[in-house]
Formats: sequence, structure tokens, C-alpha cells
Amino acid sequence: MSGAGLDLNVVWFALVGVLFTGYAVLDGFDLGVGALHLFTRTDEERRVMINTIGPVWDGNEVWLVTGGGALFAAFPNVYATVFSGFYLALVLLLLALIFRAVAIEFRSKQPMRWWRQMWDFGFSAGSLAACLLLGVAIGNIAWGIPIDARGEFAGTFWGLLHPYALLLGVTAVAVFMTHGALYALMKTEGALHDKLRRWSKRCFILLAVCSVAATLATLFCVPHLAARARANPWLFGLVLVNLLAIANIRREVQRGRDGRAFLSSSIGIMALMGLFALGMFPNLLWSHPDPAHNLTIYNAASSPRTLGIMLTIAAIGMPLVLAYTAFIYWIFRGKVRLDRASY
Amino acid sequence: MDVLLLSRIQFALTTSFHYLFPPLSIGLGLLLVIIEAVWLKTRNPLYHQMARFWTRVFALTFAIGVATGLVLEFEFGTNWATYSRFVGDVFGSPLAAEGIFAFFLESGFLAVLLFGWDRVSPRLHFFSTCMVCLGAHFSAVWIVVANSWMQTPAGFHIVGEGLRARAEITDFWQMVFNPSAVDRLSHVLCGAWQAGAFLVVSVSAWYLLKKRHTEFARASLRIGLLTGLAASLLQLATGHSSAAGVARNQPAKLAAFEGLYDTMPRAPLTLFGWVDERAEVVRGGVAIPGLLSILSYGDIHHPVQGLREFKPEDRPPVNLSFQFYHIMVGVGVGMIALAGLGCWYFWRGSLPGQRWLLWLLTLSVLGPLLANQTGWFAAEVGRQPWLVYGLLRTSDGLSAVVRANTVLTSILLFSAVYLLLFAVFVYLLHSKIQHGPDAADLTPAGKLARPPRAN
Ligand code: HDD
Ligand code: HEM
Ligand code: HEM
Repeated sequence: MSGAGLDLNVVWFALVGVLFTGYAVLDGFDLGVGALHLFTRTDEERRVMINTIGPVWDGNEVWLVTGGGALFAAFPNVYATVFSGFYLALVLLLLALIFRAVAIEFRSKQPMRWWRQMWDFGFSAGSLAACLLLGVAIGNIAWGIPIDARGEFAGTFWGLLHPYALLLGVTAVAVFMTHGALYALMKTEGALHDKLRRWSKRCFILLAVCSVAATLATLFCVPHLAARARANPWLFGLVLVNLLAIANIRREVQRGRDGRAFLSSSIGIMALMGLFALGMFPNLLWSHPDPAHNLTIYNAASSPRTLGIMLTIAAIGMPLVLAYTAFIYWIFRGKVRLDRASY
Repeated sequence: MDVLLLSRIQFALTTSFHYLFPPLSIGLGLLLVIIEAVWLKTRNPLYHQMARFWTRVFALTFAIGVATGLVLEFEFGTNWATYSRFVGDVFGSPLAAEGIFAFFLESGFLAVLLFGWDRVSPRLHFFSTCMVCLGAHFSAVWIVVANSWMQTPAGFHIVGEGLRARAEITDFWQMVFNPSAVDRLSHVLCGAWQAGAFLVVSVSAWYLLKKRHTEFARASLRIGLLTGLAASLLQLATGHSSAAGVARNQPAKLAAFEGLYDTMPRAPLTLFGWVDERAEVVRGGVAIPGLLSILSYGDIHHPVQGLREFKPEDRPPVNLSFQFYHIMVGVGVGMIALAGLGCWYFWRGSLPGQRWLLWLLTLSVLGPLLANQTGWFAAEVGRQPWLVYGLLRTSDGLSAVVRANTVLTSILLFSAVYLLLFAVFVYLLHSKIQHGPDAADLTPAGKLARPPRAN
């Protein structure tokens, strides 16, 4: 079934990774814009903030939906174990995403102050909560979760909130807030632009502290990831890329090159996701404390035939998706101008 | 309450709520394409104004559709983990295909549809509208394929035993074109077109009643009524062929729809009634002898299987399926009559005088919404006790690790949020309708103002 020695399980590990990385880079910035939203004061500024992401946030969120679908199709056991195991956490994430989605749409529909403030709050709180929960989820998957012999989650909701996971939660907030600030920086001008420049510097400090803390915590407290890094020293190269990309953000902001700063931040996120994926490979879920129950790309996967069919679907679909995503970003390039159709 | 019941309640609640909105946006999407096409052809600014107005309504239904759909994408994993392991190999691919082919297309071009008015040429805008409409239809295609596979599984084999057993694809196209897929898809799409068309009809009829925006209302009404009539007539055909398919593929379900206990030739079609499941009879019913055999098999002598052929534990809840099914069919027939009457008076030019009819038309959007809901309930309740027909029982599909309290908590949370969303939706829709079309939209600005060939 697997043509020319192509290991479909590995290919799908990579593709699911690409989908979730796409989600982190793209929805990452609009979650970040949402998290910063309440810091703006006037209605005009808030409208500009929302309209920086107005035309694209929905498409960005589809990366998550498609990632979920791909996970279901390619690795159904992981899909089943993670989502039934993280039940309440996932419900909270979904509620957060619901609130921010409708808040974007509803906010501009009525002029009343209380109305706008209510949805501003929903948008911001939803975005912030989503960042945090996504980070906590990644933290748990990196740390390992209790899995029993049947491959089912054997822990509890509160058990998911250990310090390492929380640290990654805060780190995710820092990453996405910085990312969002940089995106908004590209799309705005005038007083708001100056404010965003100041905020992006503050976010950057938080980001730098969190990155160092998360890197150290991973190396010293997560034995299986640390062992992987020791066995493959070139992984430190990727760590270096990540840290350099983050450091470069500051430099580019200083020089007023907003586009490059955003690019750096994107590269930083991709390097982080890459590190995470390579650290896990070939496991999808690390069973803690008993690694014998790990779910891997082999014991949790669909049949080779399905993986092959899905590859055909992806090969037809993804180039189209990338083409018109690029096209949409191109149409809405440049600074935000409010018009009658804006939110 | 046990996890099974709670999980079913939760699934029913979240899917039903989701399914209020996609039919509206699929149907409105089609109407937007028609309206914009007319505008491009005639350059009558009235149609530009219509396109703008209905786009705003579309955006509203779309946003809630997206927000509630997100929940469903993950709910198979949260509540039906054992089911997900069992069917992932087969069921996952249409779900992933939906993301790749439908949602990306829809959400991408939606940006141009909503915000691109002054940025792109009218033709590119029209193209984007078409793509959004196409994307919405694609999402119906893939999700209905997935759901139909659960009704009439095909193109797979079972691998492994006991807890490790699972379905694996053997033939992708057989899975996609499983025996009920095409019938159900066409039926679902007609239902969506009805929903969109009658929404337009409702709002326009109300404007006529209130004597506001009459020119706008008349133009909208013409398009809405015609589409509504066409879709309603088609709906009868697709519904009929769905029912014939159910008779072939899921005889226990058809017997429940019709409250038929004894297998017999010249089987009667019951128009209404109440099924007494203990005594196994239909009470207070009116039936037309022989019609069920004719409709199902085209032959009055062909026997139709009754419920007594199935063990009690293999029968769906009979009265519930019966009632949902009959409500849908009743509404379906009613929509044809209403659309027909509306068209008749409209083309005679005497519609504005018929206030009773305008009132009925104002309420007409509730019909498709009700029929869409009861139709799904009939189809899904009638599938019971199976989750995947004949293969996996609903009670065997649950998540092993999820507790009743957890599910209850999530039901309460979702209910509260959905209630809020629904209230806000109705409020905003109401105020949009009150506000009416924008006079400013009668004079296109920006790129739209340019003559057609200048771009
Ligand atoms: C506007 C909505 C609407 C209207 C007017 C009708 N239906 Fe319907 N019906 C649906 C909306 C719907 C639906 C929501 O789309 C369902 C639920 C699941 C599905 O496949 O389609 C459905 C299911 C459904 C099924 C079950 C298919 C299955 O279980 O696989 C049958 C037999 C019919 N319909 C038959 C009819 C008939 C004879 C109608 C008479 C005019 C009719 N429907 C009107
Ligand atoms: C969108 C409209 C839909 C509505 C209103 C709807 C309604 C329902 C209802 C009422 C039940 C409970 C049936 C019972 O317990 O007797 C149910 C169950 C279920 N449906 Fe649907 N459904 C819809 C769409 C779908 C789709 C598109 C799928 C799959 C792609 C699906 C898959 C399921 C599953 C997995 C269950 C749970 C198991 C069960 O109770 O049968 N449903 N749905
Ligand atoms: C249980 C089954 C279902 C699942 C898992 C599901 C999943 C989803 C998801 C994740 C979204 C959001 C996509 C985005 O972010 O852009 C969505 C929206 C949508 N879904 Fe569903 N859906 C289901 C049932 C249905 C059915 C039965 C239909 C139509 C027949 C449908 C049609 C749509 C459409 C057209 C949208 C776009 C939003 C809108 O138009 O309101 N879905 N769905």
C-alpha cells in the first residue's frame, strides 16, 4: 500500500503536525489580538483591533477544525483518548472559542456602550482563556498523561493542572500575545500603532522570561524529552533557532521593521512546534508513569489504505487551500481602513 | 441519570442547535448567488441593495453556525470515544475532507463576500459569493456522507475482535456512495434551500404587511417564492425516494415511521395517529389502504415488513419516530401549498391585498426549520438502537472514562450558552429586519460603482 517505501504513518504524523502548526501561527495572532483587545480604550481603537483580524480569523480557526478531523481520520485512538480524557478542559476551550467567535460578529451590530463592552469582554476573555488552555493541553501532552492498558485516559481534570502544564499555559499566552501585537502592529498606524509598539515590548519581556523558564523546565523536569535531546544534540540547533528568532523580534521592533518582527515570531512558533513534534516522535501520547502504554503513530493509526486515501485528499486539497488563503491575505493586505462593511 | 442517556441528550441538543443555522446559510447562500447574478446582469441598484441586506443576515447565521459546529467536530471524541475508535478509519476521512474542501473554501471567500464590496471588482465579488455558496454545499455533502454511512454502512470490513474490533475502509467510493447517501444529501439540500428561501419570503411578506420598503420586498419576494416553490416540489421527490430507500435498507425504521406492526401486502399509509407501543396498534389514525406498498415499492401487492419481524430490543422507539416523521411530511406538504398560493397571488398582482396570506408567509420560515429538525430526529431516532446500523449499538459507543456528572456539567454549560446565543440571534435579526435595507446601498460606491467592463 505504501508507495516506494513511503511510511504513511510518518507522513501523517508530519501532516497533522503541519495542520496544528498552521493553526498556532495563524489563529495564534488573532487569539493574541483578542487577548490585547481590552487594553485599548476608545471604541475606534477597538474597532480597528477587531478589523485587523476581521477578514481572516474564521479561516484561521479552520486549521483547528481540519486538524481535529485529520487526527480523527489518521489516529482515531488518539482522538478518542485525548478528547474523552480532556473532557472538561475541552468543553471550556470550546466555550471560549464560541464566545470570541460570536463576540467578533455581534459587537458592531449595536451602538450601545454596555453592548459593546459586554462583547469586548467576551472577545478578550475568550481569547485569553483559549491561549491558556491550549498551552496547558500542550504541556500535558509533553509531560505525559496517565493511560491505562486499554489506551484510555486514567487521570482526572485537576490532575491536568500541574505546574509544568500551567507554565506552558502562561508561555502560550505570552507567545500568542506577542504574536498578536506584532500582527496588529503591521496592520495599524498612528496613535494605536505607537501603543502597540510599547505593548509588544512588554509582551516580549514576558515571552523571553517564559521561554527560558519553559526550556529549562523541559530539560530538567521532563526526562523523556530531555533524553531525546541528549541523544540527538542537533535538536539543540532547533532550540537555538527558536531563541534567536525570539531575540530577533526585539531587534526588528526596535528598528521599526514590523513585517520582519512578525516573521520572526512566526518562525519562533514553528520552531517550538517542530521541537515538540520531534521530541514526541514516534509517540503521539506519552503515558506517564508507564511508557508501555504510549500511543504511537503505529498502534493508534488507521489502516494504510485509509492513510493513503487521506493523503490523496490532502494532496488535492491543501494546495488549493494554500492558494486561496494567500489570495485572501493579499486582497486584505495593508493597513486597516474602516468602511461601511467593517465590523 | 446514566451516562448513556445524558450523552444522547447532549448530542441531540448540540446537533439540533447547530442545525438551526447551516440550512439558513446554505439556502441564503444560494439566494445571494441568484441575487448577485441578477444584479450583474441588470445593473439594477435594487439588487445591489438586496445583496447587501441579505449578506448581513447571512453573516449572522453563519457566525453562529461556525461557533456551534466547532463543538460537534470534537464531540465524537469526548462523548463517543468507543464509537470513534470503532469507526475512525471510515468516518474520519469524510470529516477531514469536509475541513479541507468545504470549511476552508467557505471561510476564506466569506471574507471577500463580507468585507470585499469596495475592494474587489463586482465580478470577483460574485465569484467569491459563488465559492462561499459552493463551500456551504460541500460541507453538507461530506457530513451527510458520514452520517449516511452510519445509517447504511458500505465499503468496509470489520477487523479484530471484541473490544479491539473496528471497521476499516475497503472501498472509498462505495463508502461515499453508500446506499442512502445520494437520496439523503439531495433531501437535506432541498431542505436547506427551503429554509433560506422562506426566510427571505418571511421578511419580505412582513415588509409588505407593514407597507415598508415595498419595492425591495416585492423583488425579494419574487426570488424567494420561486426558489421556495421549486425546492418544496423537489423536496417531495427526494423525500419520496428517501422513504423508498429506508424501506429497502432499514425496514425496521420504515415500519416505525408508519407504525406498521404486521408484515402485509397492500400496506396502508397512515396519515396521522398515535402509536400505542404496548398494545402494538395505531390509535385514532386515518390510513389510505395500499398506498404504502405503492409508495415504497411501486407495487400494491409488494409486502411491507412490520415491526413484529424484529426482536423488541432491535426496534426503534416507535411512536417518537412516527410523530417526528409525520410532522415533517405534513409540513412538507404544507410548504408546497403555501408556496403555490403565494406564487398564484403574487403573479396575479393581488398579494398585497391578501393579508391573511401575508401573515402566513411571514410565519413561513418556521416550517422548514421545524421540518429540518423533525426530519433529523425521525432519521436518528429511527436508527436506534443502532449507532452504526446493524454493527454497533448506541449503548456500546460511549466513552469509557467519562462520568455522568461531567456530562451533566457540560450539558448545563452548553444549554446556558446556547440559550444566550439564541436570544441574541433573535434580537439582532429582529433589529436588522426593523432597520431594513440601507438606502445608501442603492448607490454603489468604490469599485462597485465602476462600469462593468472597466476592470
Ligand atoms: C425543509 C425540510 C424538510 C421537509 C419539508 C421534508 N423533509 Fe424529509 N428530512 C429532512 C428535511 C425535510 C432532513 C432534515 O433533511 C432529513 C433528516 C435527515 C436526512 O437525511 O434528511 C429528512 C429525512 C427524511 C427521511 C428519513 C431518511 C432516513 O432516515 O435516512 C424520509 C423518509 C423523509 N425525510 C421523507 C420526507 C417526505 C416524504 C417529505 C414530504 C414532503 C419530507 N421528507 C419533507
Ligand atoms: C444536524 C442535525 C442532526 C440532528 C438534529 C440530530 C439529532 C440527533 C438525535 C435526536 C439523536 C439522538 C437519537 C436517540 O437517542 O434516539 C442523535 C444521535 C446521534 N447522531 Fe444525530 N443529528 C444530526 C446530525 C448528525 C450528523 C450529521 C451525524 C454524523 C455525522 C450524527 C451522528 C449522531 C451520533 C453519533 C449520535 C449519537 C448516538 C445516537 O444516539 O444515535 N448526527 N442525533
Ligand atoms: C454532527 C455533525 C456535524 C459536525 C461535526 C459539524 C461540524 C462543523 C464545524 C466544525 C463547523 C465550523 C466550521 C468553521 O469553523 O468554519 C461547521 C459549520 C457548518 N456546518 Fe456543520 N457540522 C455537523 C453537521 C452539519 C450538517 C448536518 C450540515 C448541513 C447539512 C452542516 C453544515 C454546516 C455549514 C454550512 C457550516 C458553515 C457555517 C454555517 O453556514 O452556519 N453541518 N460545522
